[in-house]
Amino acid sequence: MVEFIIILVLVVLGYIFGRLAEKRHYNSILEREKNTLQTQMVTLKTIPNTIDVKNSFLVTANVVISIDYFKRILAGLKNIFGGRITSYESLLDRARREAVLRIKELAIRHHASAIYNVRLETASISRSARKSVGSVEVLAYGTAIVTDEIHRKAAS
Amino acid sequence: MILSNLEAVPGKTIVEHFGLVQGNTIRAKHIGRDFMAGLKNVFGGELKGYTELLSESRKEAVSRMREQAESLGANAIVNIRFSTSSIAQGAAELYAYGTAVKVE
Repeated sequence: MVEFIIILVLVVLGYIFGRLAEKRHYNSILEREKNTLQTQMVTLKTIPNTIDVKNSFLVTANVVISIDYFKRILAGLKNIFGGRITSYESLLDRARREAVLRIKELAIRHHASAIYNVRLETASISRSARKSVGSVEVLAYGTAIVTDEIHRKAAS
Repeated sequence: MILSNLEAVPGKTIVEHFGLVQGNTIRAKHIGRDFMAGLKNVFGGELKGYTELLSESRKEAVSRMREQAESLGANAIVNIRFSTSSIAQGAAELYAYGTAVKVE
């Protein structure tokens, strides 16, 4: 009985705080995405000849995000019936967008105008002996390039 | 040392290849961070401790790769890739590799 109550409390806490955290995170993601629109993210490996590159450097950023208790229980239930697990979809969506935003912000800080060959890598960080996926790490990396035009703008 | 994950260094030409250079590091999480992570597993959200731990470790792997390239006489590493694998309970290997080259 006591165990059941503990789980119930965890589920309720997870539901309330998880929802709040997710909402706050999505708001921040949307705002920062609007602010960083000028930086191009490209998955191409070669830079077009028309672009005059002054400088280039590697940018990497990672983020580890954990799922809340309520959603984990929900996902566990979904495992029985099958189908889309939307709770994990939003977790990975948040992690990827956050990682991409971080390399963008890093590039902007160094006056780069675009990031080429953007790559995303996902690793699950499983907790303890249970096989459940508690949290995911997303790593984003790419080559930021500084073009003449932006460089001059930054210098003035 | 120029680092890039493109196949060439933009605006420069490769004059010499030195082959594969690599760096790895294996890290275990420590108890304090694990405890905080346990709490966060209930509420959800970013695990800042882990984010820092992994990014520091990855920097270490990159600096090892860079040292190897320097000892070969290279001044750039191109086509860098990262990979992560968990080898034991609570430990992860972070691996970085690329091709050491000399550019002009």
